Amino acid sequence: MAEQMMAADGRTLKSSLNRALRRQKLRALLLIAPLFLFILLTFVIPIGQMLFRSVENQIVSETIPRTVVALADWDAAVDPVPDEAVFRAFAADMMVAVEERIHTRLGSRLNYEAAGISSQFRRSGRDVEDMGEEVTEQFVALDPQWEEPATWTLLMAESDWITEQATAEDEPAFVVSDAAREALPRTADIYADFARVTQNINEDSPTEEQPWHIVYVALYEDLLANPAAQLAAAPAGLLAEAGAAVSAFTAPDIRAAFVDSDEGWGETRTWQTIQTYSPPYTASYFLNSVDLNQTPDGIELAPENQRIYVQLFIRTLVMSLTIMGACILLGYPVAWMLANLPSRQANLMLILVLLPFWTSLLVRTSAWKVLLQQQGVINDLLVWIGLVADENRLTMINNATGTIIAMTHILLPFMILPLYSVMKTIPPSYLRAAKSLGATNWTAFWRVYFPQSVPGIGAGSILVFILSIGYYITPEIVGGTSGIFISNRIAYHISSSLNWGLAAALGTILLVVVLALYWAYDRIVGIDNVKLGG
Amino acid sequence: MKQVKNDEAFVAFERVQKSYDGEVLVVKDLNLTIPKGEFLTLLGPSGSGKTTCLMMLAGFETATHGDIRLDGVSVNNIPPHKRGIGMVFQNYALFPHMTVGENLSFPLEVRKMGKAERETKVKRALDMVQMGDFAARRPAQMSGGQQQRVALARALVFEPELVLMDEPLGALDKQLRETLQFEITNLAHELGITVVYVTHDQTEALTMSDRVAVFDDGRIQQLAPPDELYEKPINSFVAQFIGENNTLTGVVQEIGADRCTVRLDSGDIIDAMPVNVNAVGDRTKVSIRPERVEIDKTRLQPGAHTLKAEVLEFIYMGDIFRTRLRVAGTDEFVIKTRNAPDQVRLTPGTQIEIGWLAQDCRALDA
Repeated sequence: MAEQMMAADGRTLKSSLNRALRRQKLRALLLIAPLFLFILLTFVIPIGQMLFRSVENQIVSETIPRTVVALADWDAAVDPVPDEAVFRAFAADMMVAVEERIHTRLGSRLNYEAAGISSQFRRSGRDVEDMGEEVTEQFVALDPQWEEPATWTLLMAESDWITEQATAEDEPAFVVSDAAREALPRTADIYADFARVTQNINEDSPTEEQPWHIVYVALYEDLLANPAAQLAAAPAGLLAEAGAAVSAFTAPDIRAAFVDSDEGWGETRTWQTIQTYSPPYTASYFLNSVDLNQTPDGIELAPENQRIYVQLFIRTLVMSLTIMGACILLGYPVAWMLANLPSRQANLMLILVLLPFWTSLLVRTSAWKVLLQQQGVINDLLVWIGLVADENRLTMINNATGTIIAMTHILLPFMILPLYSVMKTIPPSYLRAAKSLGATNWTAFWRVYFPQSVPGIGAGSILVFILSIGYYITPEIVGGTSGIFISNRIAYHISSSLNWGLAAALGTILLVVVLALYWAYDRIVGIDNVKLGG
Repeated sequence: MKQVKNDEAFVAFERVQKSYDGEVLVVKDLNLTIPKGEFLTLLGPSGSGKTTCLMMLAGFETATHGDIRLDGVSVNNIPPHKRGIGMVFQNYALFPHMTVGENLSFPLEVRKMGKAERETKVKRALDMVQMGDFAARRPAQMSGGQQQRVALARALVFEPELVLMDEPLGALDKQLRETLQFEITNLAHELGITVVYVTHDQTEALTMSDRVAVFDDGRIQQLAPPDELYEKPINSFVAQFIGENNTLTGVVQEIGADRCTVRLDSGDIIDAMPVNVNAVGDRTKVSIRPERVEIDKTRLQPGAHTLKAEVLEFIYMGDIFRTRLRVAGTDEFVIKTRNAPDQVRLTPGTQIEIGWLAQDCRALDA
C-alpha cells in the first residue's frame, strides 16, 4: 500500500482536503437552498400532486365504503341487479353522505364514466331519509321506548361516555361500546356514523335525536340474524321482546325504495359502474385521455362522437411543429441580418424584435382578431386590391390558420434571439474562406454557414415548440373550435367541468410527450448541440 | 537574396481607389505590379489600407475606382469564388464542423473533382505541411500552429497560382511564428506561387519577402526589397517604421550630389546623404540607424563632422549593448554596439564624441 500523504497538522491529506471541500459544498448548498425550497414548494409539489390526481380514485371507497364491500361479491352475469343487502348498505352510506353533503360529489365523479348517474344521486339523496320508515314504525309500535333517543344512547354508548356526557359542559365525542359492537354489529356501525354526524355536522346531541330509519333497518337485520342478542345496558326486556318480534315484521324493501326513487338504480349498468370504479386507484382518466373507456366489459374505444383527445393531441403537435417551422423560416433571415449589421443598427433592430414583449400578450392577440376577421383590415385590403371577391372573404380567425398566424408572431422572438446569438459567434471569415476556396454564395452558406447555425435553430426550435405545445391564451382567443390546443381542453376541465382527474391525466400525457420528444431530439441532434449564445 | 523575376505583371493594381463612406479614401491611387512567383508583403500600421488592398484583390471588397488585373484580365467584375485565389486568414477560418480532411477536400469538391483524385491531393497537401496524420481531427482538437498549417494546406490544395495571406501568424507565439515564417517562405518558393502577404510585423516582412510595400495613409510609401528598405528608406515614415532609428531635425546648409551638410536645430553641423532634400534651406529630418553610429573617431573619414554626446544609460542585451545618449538636444539618441571582446562599455555620465559615414545618415523629408 502506498504511504499516505500527510498534511501539516498531521491528518491525512485526503481527510483535510475533504474537510476543506465539505465547507465549500455546504456553502454552495446554502446558497441554492432558498431557490431550491421555493421551486420545491411552488413547482415540484403542486405538479406532483396534480399528476397524482390523474390516478387517484379514493372518492368512491371513502364515500360509500359499505357498498364497495357489499358489491365485491356481486356478479352482474348471475344477478343483473344486486340484492337487498347491497341496497341496505348503499342506503346507509348514502344517508351518511347526504348528511355530510358529499353524495353529489361522488355523483359527479361517476357521471364522468356513466352519464346520468349524477342526477340519480341527487334525486335519491332527497329520498333516502325516508327509506326504512316502516321498520321504525314497527319497532315503535312494539315499544314506544324505541322512539326515545335516550334508549339508543343507553344501548350503544360506552358507560363512561354516558356519565361524562351527563356532567361535562361540552359533550364528549360519542363512543360506541364494545358490547354493542359485538351483540349488534351492523347497528353499532351505522349508529356510530349517526352519532358522529349528529355531533359534528348538525351540532346536536345523540341523546336528543332519534336515529335515522336506516339504523332501525340495521337493528332489524341484526336481531333477525341473532334474535337472542343481549346487552347489559339495555332497558330490561327491550331487546328480548324485539328479538322475538322481528321475525314477524314486514321486511323492508330498500331496493324497491331506490328503484322507486330513480329507475336507474334498477339498471345493471349503474352498479357495474360503481363496482368498476371501487378501487382507490384508476387508469380511467388516462384511458379517457386517449379516447378509451374502462367499461365493465373491459377497455373499449369511446363512442365516435366523443373521441376528441387523440385528435386534439395530434393537432396540438402538428400545429406546434407548423408554428416552429414558420418561426424558423421567418426568423432565420432576420437573425442573419441582425448578426451581420453594424452593432448600432443591430441593437436598434433587436429592440424592434423585442418590442412585442412590451405589449400585453392579450392585446397582441386581440389585435390579430381585428386584423384577421372577415370584416377586418387584411380582408378589406384583399378585397380592395381585388384578390378576393367580397362574398368570398377569407376565414382567417377562429380556426387553425388564426392560431398559427398569431402564435408564430408571438413566439418569433424566441426563435430569433437564440439564432442571433449563435450567428453572432460565427466569424464572417468562414464565409470568405469558403468563397475564396471556390464555393458559390449558396454553397458557402449551405455547407459552411448553415451547419454552424444549426445549434441556434435547435435551441430556438425547442423553445418555440415547447412553449407552443402548452400555449393557452392565444388559441383560446383566436382558435375557435378547430384551432384550439390540448391545453385549452385541460383548462376547461380544470375550471369548468371540474374533472381534475382528467385534466391531470391530459397534462401528464402532454408532459410525457414533451419529454419523449426532448429525448428523441437529444438522440438525433444531441442536446449539447443546442446553444443559446456564446 | 533577390531572385531573378520575369517582368510580367501577374497581378496589377492600376490607379485603384477605395472609399467605404464616400468621404474618406482608405486607399489612394494605388499602382502596383507583382510579377509571377514573387513573395510580396504589404506592411503598414493598422488602418493604412493594406488589408483593404488584399480584400479587393480577393474580391471581398470592390474598388471604388481603378482596375485590378490578374494575369492580364480585369477581375473587377469576377466574384471571389471564380478568381481561384487561395487565402489564409489570421483566425485560420477552418470550418469547425468538418475534419481536417473534409476542410481540405472542400475546395476540390466544389470544383467537382473525383473522390480518388481528391484524396490524393488532400494527402499530398497535408504531407507538404507535415500534417499527414491529422486528417481525421477536428480543428478544435489542434493547436493554433497546427491549425494554421492546415489552413495553409487548404489554401494550396487546389493549386492556386496566387495565395493571399492576411496576418496568418498574428495569433501565434514568437517561436512558432519564426518556424512557420521559414516554412511558408520555403513552400512558396518551392511551389513557385505568387504570395501577397499582409502583416504589421516588420521583422516578418523583412525576413520573408522578396519585396515589401510599406503602406501608410492609403498609399505605398516605399516598395523595395527588404535590404533596400532598411538601409535606404526614402522618407522619414519608412525610416521610422522599419527598424530602430535616430532622428535629428535641421536645415540643409550645403548640398552636393551624394553629400550634404545639415545644421541641426541645436546648431551642430553634421554630414548626411541627401535623399529627400533638394535645395539649401530645406528643413529635413536626418535618420541614422543605431548600429551605424561610430564612437571610435579613428574609423571615421578624415574631416567628418562629429557631435558631442553624454552617456545617459547603458543596457546590456546579451548580443549587443544599447546605449542611450544625449545628443544635440535630444535624450532619445540610441546607439547599438556589438558585444565583442574589445568593445568598451560606456558608463553613464561619460562625455564622448560620435560620428558616422555620410552615406549612413539620410536626410529625409521634414
